[in-house]
Amino acid sequence: MTNVIVSSPYVVQGSTLKRLMIQVIIALLPGTIAYAWYFGPGVIINICLAVLLALAFEAGILKLRAKPVMPHLADFSAIVAAWLFALCLPMHVPWWLVLVGIGFTMVAGKHLYGGLGFNPFNPAMVGYVVLLISFPREMTTWYLPNSVSGETLSLKEALAYTFGGADIQQWDALSSATPLDQVKTAVAQGITVSEIRLSPVFGEYGGKGWEWIAFWWFIGGLWLLATRTIRWHIPVALLGAVLAMSLLFYLVNPETYTSPLFHLLSGAAVIGAFFIATDPVTAATTDSGRIYYGLLIGCLIYVIRVWGGYPDGLAFAVLLANMCVPLIDYYTQPRVYGEK
Amino acid sequence: MTTSREITRDGLWGNNVALVQLLGLCPLLAVTSTVVNGIGLGIATLITLVLSNTIVSLIRGFVRKEVRLPVFVLIIASVVTIIELSMQALFYDLYLVLGIFIPLIVTNCAIIGRAEGFASRNPVGPAALDGLMMGLGFLVVLALLGALREIIGFGTLFANAELMFGDGAQTLTIKFNQDYPGFLLAILPPGAFFGLAVLIVTKNWLDLRPREKQEIIEPAPETV
Repeated sequence: MTNVIVSSPYVVQGSTLKRLMIQVIIALLPGTIAYAWYFGPGVIINICLAVLLALAFEAGILKLRAKPVMPHLADFSAIVAAWLFALCLPMHVPWWLVLVGIGFTMVAGKHLYGGLGFNPFNPAMVGYVVLLISFPREMTTWYLPNSVSGETLSLKEALAYTFGGADIQQWDALSSATPLDQVKTAVAQGITVSEIRLSPVFGEYGGKGWEWIAFWWFIGGLWLLATRTIRWHIPVALLGAVLAMSLLFYLVNPETYTSPLFHLLSGAAVIGAFFIATDPVTAATTDSGRIYYGLLIGCLIYVIRVWGGYPDGLAFAVLLANMCVPLIDYYTQPRVYGEK
Repeated sequence: MTTSREITRDGLWGNNVALVQLLGLCPLLAVTSTVVNGIGLGIATLITLVLSNTIVSLIRGFVRKEVRLPVFVLIIASVVTIIELSMQALFYDLYLVLGIFIPLIVTNCAIIGRAEGFASRNPVGPAALDGLMMGLGFLVVLALLGALREIIGFGTLFANAELMFGDGAQTLTIKFNQDYPGFLLAILPPGAFFGLAVLIVTKNWLDLRPREKQEIIEPAPETV
């Protein structure tokens, strides 16, 4: 009989990067389906295009860096980053926009810093912000959900626009600013919130369609929590901060500041709280640090939405908070047992 | 004693103001949104460098060590004032575009750096040549960075050339693609940092490449 000497760890947790990323993709599915249901096939085209381009960029740059290509491609991290990036885009964008954005996501956001695990900034948000400040016209042409306009672009029309550069003018009636953007513009013109809410793009709580997409992101987020893919600290702190800020100002003046539910269910608050801010590489790593990090993002989202130059602030908030992460981690190191 | 060949090589490549010494980055990053702006500021800096180096070298025997820096600053400031007034007279539109960065040439560390580091220790001939070559090196980087940002940002080259070369130069402007949507990031400040980083990387890469080749060609001699 031979004794096999096994060294620690004796209990294998089985949580690999790949498994983590697959959990995130599963959690993204309900929200993605809802998004495509309300806004048409453009959403799916964006995701497929972004994922393909991301894999191509990742393979190319891994080859340049003389790193093994297949193991890195198979860890699904590029797919998740591309997927999240694509979800930030408007429903219909030309292909070159996705190319530029994914290029910045994978090359500047990730590999120039040393690849997965070394990037201080959330790669998907880097790519998105580059597009947002470079191509304001393309990046702010959003479309109405089918529950308002009664129709969305067909698959053929969406493909024609993405790849053929089909004339956008013919669908002009379908395009519209996002609910957050409309509120911002109208409030700046002195229109009261209750008047704005009469517009057909608003539903019960948030924007029509948007509120249900946010609900499905929330379900996906609960799945991530249930499978322990993410911890509760960041989502709770982030949504709590948005809720607290919006409640405070809503109570002061409900005619200038929209309701807390509107803020939670519009734009990127929910998907950001569960999927984007929780990126394990770029978020704070201590438990109390995660709470500060989430609170910071939540407050910044509200500040940018209400007083900033952009209708939604998640991307900027996440990047600014990423910058603070080393500081947050430094000041929130847990006490080592036995030390003072 | 440095030979003129060494001075030339140092100024243009080996000790390039912008790519190696990383001096004068503020105007470099701020005005290079087009080639014409870059060349305009580059020429102004070039003339300043040549004149200030020459004058500093001429007076190097008369100025006491303790007061040399204020004297250098006075010389540079006078030269820049002359250039600013001449630009105002000759290229008024370009002067308006470059704005505050013309008087700010005074604060370009490269100029006082050359005055202190080279011109105050060398005769007039080499000092003037050093100013010329350092200025040319800076000018080339400004023009390259301007071209890079202009092509990516606007899809054009030599836009507003009439500001510098008169109305006849409008035909110089090259537009690559009529439908180019413009890449605003390249024009905004981050684009300047990205562009400069690309140029520095390219230079370092070119510097390192021949060495690698040599290593491959000449393997270490094996001793038996």
